[in-house]
Amino acid sequence: MTLEELRKLRGQMKTEVEKRNTEGKTIQIIVGMGTCGIASGAKETLNAFLKEIEEKGLADHVMLRQTGCMGLCANEPTVEVIVPDMPKVIYGNVNAKVAKEIIEKHIIGKQLLDKLIIDRPAADIMSK
Amino acid sequence: MAYSHYILVCGGTACESSSSKAILENLKKEAKALGVENEVQIVQTGCFGFCEKGPIVKVLPEDSFYVNVTPDDAHEIIAEQIVKGREVPRLLYDKNKKKNEEVSDIPFYKKQVRIVLRNCGVINPESIEEYIARDGYMALEKALFEMTQEQIIDEIKKAGLRGRGGAGFPTGMKWEAGYKAAGDIKYVVCNADEGDPGAYMNRSTIEGDPHSILEAMTICGKTIGSHMGFIYIRAEYPLAVHRLEKAIKQSHEKGLLGKNILGSGFDFDIEIRLGAGAFVCGEETALLRSIEGKRGMPTPKPPFPAQAGLWGKPTIINNVETWANIPIILTKGADWFSKIGDADSKGTKVFALTGKIENSGLVEVPMGTTLREIIFEIGGGIKNGKKFKGVQTGGPSGGIISDKELDVPIDYGALIRMGSMMGSGGMIVMDEDDCVVDIAKFYMEFCVDESCGKCSPCRIGTRQMYTILDQISRGNGTMQDLQKLEDIGNAMKACSLCALGQSAPNPTLSTLKKFRDEYLAHVQDKKCPSGKCKHLLTFFITEKCIGCGACARQCPANCISGEKKTRHVIDQSKCLKCGACERTCHFHAIEKR
Repeated sequence: MTLEELRKLRGQMKTEVEKRNTEGKTIQIIVGMGTCGIASGAKETLNAFLKEIEEKGLADHVMLRQTGCMGLCANEPTVEVIVPDMPKVIYGNVNAKVAKEIIEKHIIGKQLLDKLIIDRPAADIMSK
Repeated sequence: MAYSHYILVCGGTACESSSSKAILENLKKEAKALGVENEVQIVQTGCFGFCEKGPIVKVLPEDSFYVNVTPDDAHEIIAEQIVKGREVPRLLYDKNKKKNEEVSDIPFYKKQVRIVLRNCGVINPESIEEYIARDGYMALEKALFEMTQEQIIDEIKKAGLRGRGGAGFPTGMKWEAGYKAAGDIKYVVCNADEGDPGAYMNRSTIEGDPHSILEAMTICGKTIGSHMGFIYIRAEYPLAVHRLEKAIKQSHEKGLLGKNILGSGFDFDIEIRLGAGAFVCGEETALLRSIEGKRGMPTPKPPFPAQAGLWGKPTIINNVETWANIPIILTKGADWFSKIGDADSKGTKVFALTGKIENSGLVEVPMGTTLREIIFEIGGGIKNGKKFKGVQTGGPSGGIISDKELDVPIDYGALIRMGSMMGSGGMIVMDEDDCVVDIAKFYMEFCVDESCGKCSPCRIGTRQMYTILDQISRGNGTMQDLQKLEDIGNAMKACSLCALGQSAPNPTLSTLKKFRDEYLAHVQDKKCPSGKCKHLLTFFITEKCIGCGACARQCPANCISGEKKTRHVIDQSKCLKCGACERTCHFHAIEKR
């Protein structure tokens, strides 16, 4: 192996291992994967996000997490997106197409997709 | 298809012996059975350091830290977390874990700074690609293409790295001596002959990150102008040897070892030599003789190995942990490294925390951390709420540090001033039930066995000290014996050929100084305050006895007698002090006095 090959290999492997690292990742995408979410296709949504993150080379900054039911079962699959300096929002009815849109507009373009935002549950329910 | 989850299963020796292999297999099986094998990558990593609660399984990206996992839990982890995205609270270390809380918030990890163990528990140690991804072999690039030999030595000197094998000799100076030594054949040696009872940080470092050692040795080869390296490792560490062999093979395949490394024109190769488990072979000159195929016995210094080592050629020999520090010093720079630690010692130190401690395991802290922080904050305090008595650092070569010294920052100098030494980093915690005479005797017995016999201060001294300690523990000690222990100990320190004999009296001398009252209790009152020295105990049946006769039936010496339903008596002249009666009695009627 030559020096160039080593550097190339490091570059390739870095993104691969970086995905495991949670440090330094400021953007979070949290997919609701309760029974309701999975039944409405959260798995495809999650896969779509994974694909988009990889294609757009966002793995260094974006952390993709899963969580349980967010309590908004009527609008599953739900996805929470946390970007620094932007309001935390929950999107409803996120299918693979919407996932792509979230990545392009919200994560890269820093624009909220206002038509898809669902209000957070009332504060008194949240604090419980 | 990218993975949505990563499961890291600890593959260190401690976890592997508690069935982490079966866990790994079951996880893979379950993932396949539930059709998610393409969504989760299951990786075997090196030691997480939290051996007390092993086997450990960590799931990313949720950062779920599962402890005491059994192979049967595999189904639940896959079915719940991978398929449904829910953690398994039953297995979490912190049952009250809030969402998004990181593993680094666990008190055990909070105070730690992981430099040597940077890749342990993060990468798959059997994959060179993962090591490369974590900036592996980047230091080698620098060393081969950007830096001159002098620059590398300067950088290491500036970093202030001191040998982690125990004595703390400045690594940069050692390398400089090797570089300046004349001769076209030179050698690089890694000392992985870790033999202190209770110490296993070198083993875990190699098991978790073998490539860091290979990279560092190659850098040293380039620096001093050597083309051959040896790793001397104990045959008792099969997993570490296996991972090293695999790592060496991978490095050859990638052209990172062998001829013309990375096209730089520099050749370097590494071979493994297995030690047969003699403690003295951890001493550098004895180790070199052993590699040469001779009997492992130390030779006088000077000449130091850097001038005349292996087969009389200049040889740089460093400990595993020292090597593991080298690549990161070159990638991150001496300035970064020298900011960690205190004035006396730079960087971090890995300790193997064992004994009567709540969280035993591997702990890496910056130099200058106090023992109190290590034992009570990271270690979680003494087991079963007992009282702290002392901590033994540096194995048979170190001394015992008492509770009065808990707040002294730990570095090379401070430990020497406390009559102990850094040693390789074993830390054995003792509570009120441990008897210092018994401990001093244990370590001296170890040294009697392990003394190579070449020089008389060590060969005769250890034997004499052991005999005296044994007499004291039997209640036959005199006040002159205490003086004799000190005299022989000091003579051994001054006259022994190698560090084994020079440091063998340390446990005895330090306890004589710090726990003198316990020695006096053994010698003058013929009592063992912690009830460990059985010859000084008297078993006594109190009035709580209901006369059931259970103890009499258990007694191997048949020395308990008494009528049914009346209080029994022990014939003290025949009693073996085995304690069988005490363990048998349901009424706590038998007391040790």
